Amino acid sequence: MGKTIVQKIFQAHTSGDTPVEPERIIWLGLDVRTARDFAGANVVQNYRAHYGDTPVADQDRTFFTFDLVVPPNNIPYANNQQICRVWARAQDVKVYDVDAGIGSHVAIEEGLAYPGSTFVGTDSHLNILGAIGSFGQGMGDQDIAFAFKTGKTWFEVPPTMKVIVTGDLPAPCTARDLTLAVMGRLGSKGALGRAIEFYGPAIEALDLPGRITLASQVTEMGGIIGFIPPSEEILAYARQRSGRADFIDIVADPDAVYVETVEIDVTGLEPLIACPPNPANVVPVREVAGKRIDSVFLGSCTNGRFEDFAAVAEIVKGQRIASWVMASVVPATRTVFEQMLRSGVLATLFDAGFIISNPGCGGCASGHLGMTGVGQVNISTSNRNFPGKQGAGDTYLASPATAAWSALKGEITVPE
Amino acid sequence: MKETTIQGRLWVLTEPDGALYDDIDTDMIFHNRYLHITDVAQMGQYALDNLKGWEDFAKKAQPGDIVMAGRNFGSGSSRQQAVDCFQALGISAIVAESFGAIYKRNAINSGLPLVTFPNLTAIAAQFENGATLAINLETGEAVLNDETRFQADPLSQVQMDIYQAGNLFAYGKTVL
Repeated sequence: MGKTIVQKIFQAHTSGDTPVEPERIIWLGLDVRTARDFAGANVVQNYRAHYGDTPVADQDRTFFTFDLVVPPNNIPYANNQQICRVWARAQDVKVYDVDAGIGSHVAIEEGLAYPGSTFVGTDSHLNILGAIGSFGQGMGDQDIAFAFKTGKTWFEVPPTMKVIVTGDLPAPCTARDLTLAVMGRLGSKGALGRAIEFYGPAIEALDLPGRITLASQVTEMGGIIGFIPPSEEILAYARQRSGRADFIDIVADPDAVYVETVEIDVTGLEPLIACPPNPANVVPVREVAGKRIDSVFLGSCTNGRFEDFAAVAEIVKGQRIASWVMASVVPATRTVFEQMLRSGVLATLFDAGFIISNPGCGGCASGHLGMTGVGQVNISTSNRNFPGKQGAGDTYLASPATAAWSALKGEITVPE
Repeated sequence: MKETTIQGRLWVLTEPDGALYDDIDTDMIFHNRYLHITDVAQMGQYALDNLKGWEDFAKKAQPGDIVMAGRNFGSGSSRQQAVDCFQALGISAIVAESFGAIYKRNAINSGLPLVTFPNLTAIAAQFENGATLAINLETGEAVLNDETRFQADPLSQVQMDIYQAGNLFAYGKTVL
């Protein structure tokens, strides 16, 4: 019987006799294991409690990535980060510190993750690495402490579903609108416990930032991971970033078994938005157009790439955002920030009235920037709008283009 | 060997309209404003305090109680605290129609029994707060108030093995 992508990656990372078939539990070798500032100190605490001062399995495959409360705005987080730093020094483990940006994006830029690799950390959106064909997975602090020590984890092989997206994405729709269309169709449980493989012309046409956007929302579909088979362009990028000449074969076999196939046609798609209280509550932007907004957040692991901000700059160039709107921009990484700085995108956004933050997760997880108050209406390019997630207000999730147009008009606006 | 039948007082997590709650995410279980906490004993007091209608759950819960919810319980983030907070309160099991994947792992690794109850939503009206539920983790047989029998899924092998070992770390030492 043929193998799906997740089965191929798992097969290459397990030494046991257990067949790599859905619902079987295997021991999975982990190429890279990480912890971030959320849960990092808990990982250290678990590690110390169970393994004392003994060394990690491989310090060159173990990292911390601080991305949530960066720099820390309260003493407990400052303490937790310092606990990780001190422990990392003693273990000779590298820390991507508070200046680096979102760990999953750093992993792609630095080539720590690459097609066919396995990568775990304390970020539930680490499955974003499916954008380059890497098995990324978020885990809790016990799992990660165990992975630091053993380089392995037990894992139940997930069944795979296929999502085929056909048609040409029409202007002004972006990868985010495509993603919202998939999100709306599958809902919060449509991929529960499954891997997804994305195919179709509309998927093949996505660039790396677009692939990241789509892969990042698989968590909210309940999925383990969503793989987008790497294009030649993605493979070339990953070779260059990782310094590896080649990767394992991760093309699904023709006779691989899928539990479900869903087809979505994006021909004629219009811009979409996810209304409170959850990311699956997707409607056309026009249905809520005209609703007055108070704030805008551009960034997060879903839409925090340079191309996302460049698109916003194109829209707002020479204009000012509405006087009552508080709008913030948070680049995903230091590399993205630098691209914005050197290209002039940053100046354009600054002149338009945006608050420019240092890289990180920003307002997405009530980290260090932009909490919402009771009654506040917020448009965000992040991936979650659950009640209380970014504060007490109501968060709408939309594309950078929809957010930019809405910032200019001061109300939810269909991009032109 | 640990006891494989669990019996406890039931908390049925329902929405204000009475429907069994689906999609309870980790921010509703243990909000991100408490994520700096590393001491498990401090986590119990915040359990479910961002879930509408259940803000005072931690004050009402007693050791041994069982929590019941609908589909996709524990969706969202990877935070272990969303499991730890229930363990700090002494919750003996969580029963739901389905669980978020990362949450399920975290609970299994902590040795907190999660029991999957297929089609729970359809029969949810039979379960009331304060009822007594007994669950055989090996067979999946569940008995409500010593009267009504239901069939849930038994724990998977790895789930049972880790439960019996106590936690992932103890289990790992037996198999690696």
